[in-house]
Amino acid sequence: MALLSVSAARLLNTPGFGWSVILLALLPLARLVAGVPLGWLGVNPLEYLIRATGEWTLILLALTLSVTPLRRLTGWSALHRLRRAFGRLTFVYGLVHFTVYLVFDMGLDWGEILRDIPKRPFITVGFTAFVLLACLAATSSDRAIRVLGATRWRRVHRAVYVIAVLGVIHYLWLVRADITKPVLYGAIFAFLFALRIAWAWKARVQVRRDAGVA
Amino acid sequence: MLLRLRDRSSPAPSEITPEALYRGRRQWLAQAGLLALGGAALASAPLRRSEAQAMRLAGVTPNPRHVLASDEKLNKVEDFRSYCNFYEFGMDKSDPPVHAKAMKVRPWTVTIEGEVNKPQTIDVDALHRMAPLEERVYRLRCVEAWSMVIPWVGFPLSELIRRVEPRGNAKYVEFVTLADPKVMPGLRYRSLEWPYVEGLRMDEAMHPLTLLVLGAYGETLAPQNGAPVRVMSPWKYGFKSGKSIVKIRFVESQPKTAWHKAAPGEYGFYSNVNPDVDHPRWSQKTERRIGEFSRRKTLLFNGYGEQVAHLYAGMDLRKFF
Repeated sequence: MALLSVSAARLLNTPGFGWSVILLALLPLARLVAGVPLGWLGVNPLEYLIRATGEWTLILLALTLSVTPLRRLTGWSALHRLRRAFGRLTFVYGLVHFTVYLVFDMGLDWGEILRDIPKRPFITVGFTAFVLLACLAATSSDRAIRVLGATRWRRVHRAVYVIAVLGVIHYLWLVRADITKPVLYGAIFAFLFALRIAWAWKARVQVRRDAGVA
Repeated sequence: MLLRLRDRSSPAPSEITPEALYRGRRQWLAQAGLLALGGAALASAPLRRSEAQAMRLAGVTPNPRHVLASDEKLNKVEDFRSYCNFYEFGMDKSDPPVHAKAMKVRPWTVTIEGEVNKPQTIDVDALHRMAPLEERVYRLRCVEAWSMVIPWVGFPLSELIRRVEPRGNAKYVEFVTLADPKVMPGLRYRSLEWPYVEGLRMDEAMHPLTLLVLGAYGETLAPQNGAPVRVMSPWKYGFKSGKSIVKIRFVESQPKTAWHKAAPGEYGFYSNVNPDVDHPRWSQKTERRIGEFSRRKTLLFNGYGEQVAHLYAGMDLRKFF
């Protein structure tokens, strides 16, 4: 176990590791984009494309939110570097998802788009999530942390939890009958939230106990 | 009720003898299958028949009034057979083509009951002989905002209705589709109430556009497309047209249909294709025509307004969606 831990830590610190993970996470996107002209996406390729990019957005968001718990559980601090990469990749998939909607669903008819976003609840929710995601992607840099200050930056980036909730609602409201997948993603996020709540609770109890001792 | 007689441009029943040959072949296959099975021990085993294989339908005449529009293309038969909703076989579009193979489509009977003078159980082979088979190209618009163009084979449902003599108080026709847990894995999920029930108002059922469908693309229906018998009212969303029908009931009050029961605010009894009445969660203004890249504008009554708009004269289509 210790050996595994050591070699995992070494792997995480290998110079190319971060890039390899990013490239790996972009493979599904490459398959989807190439799949439209190459006919890999079945009978209704654009429907497949918009569904799959939406789902990958949720998967990358779940990966982003898994980094901190995983780091805590394993003690592999090098995992930290992946959090920003996964966060940005979440935005990339969200951007492609939103672009497919704008171009292929709405035909770039801006008047129609502006009517559609507030009119349909699942679009409203998805759009809100995307705007928040864009804000977080724009401030996903060391520079933004410096400019905002670490405390405020952290507070701003708590919006990621809102994005996860909105993303699941967006999915739940669009399916016709089969809620298996939205419920699955909801459960994954609920678990990731529960870990954080449990740790925060524990920390608070610890602080109180320490204060009591002092 | 005023019964419209169909014009007799289509062939008389006597002209379609090859169809009998085809059925003979079917029986021969069945007997051969039985012989092949042989042995008393095996006699009770489920009969594996080649019914899942689509068979060429003979004596089908294209109806000249329902041919392909100049700006449209027929969908590929693979599209039709691989992309369909049939929740009894699973909720993913890829499920029905896989699981529906297990459905036995012969022997198959359709029971006619309720407010009719001649309630009866009709064998599907008798349905094939009931009226001349015609081919009609109809648009199929799914409530999920995709569409296809399909060459259906069948005859007007009114042919059947006329023969069973509905009584005056038969105001609606209810279609009950197969619910066999042995072959339908989707029945385990309570996504809808089983069996799937759909219905039409009597005048909609009698409308010459409403087809009793026995085939498509010149062949018997693939199981996932609703073999061996389904209906098709092309001006309504696809889910209104029940598949693999086992019972047709003539009733006085509006049937409680499956999707309406599951989500009354989202799926009305009428469910006529209407670009101006959105699904509460998505737009119905446009549709993805399978095989085309950009979306098409959805047409009121799926483009069949000239023939059917009068059925809904004076009705608020937003209220009766």
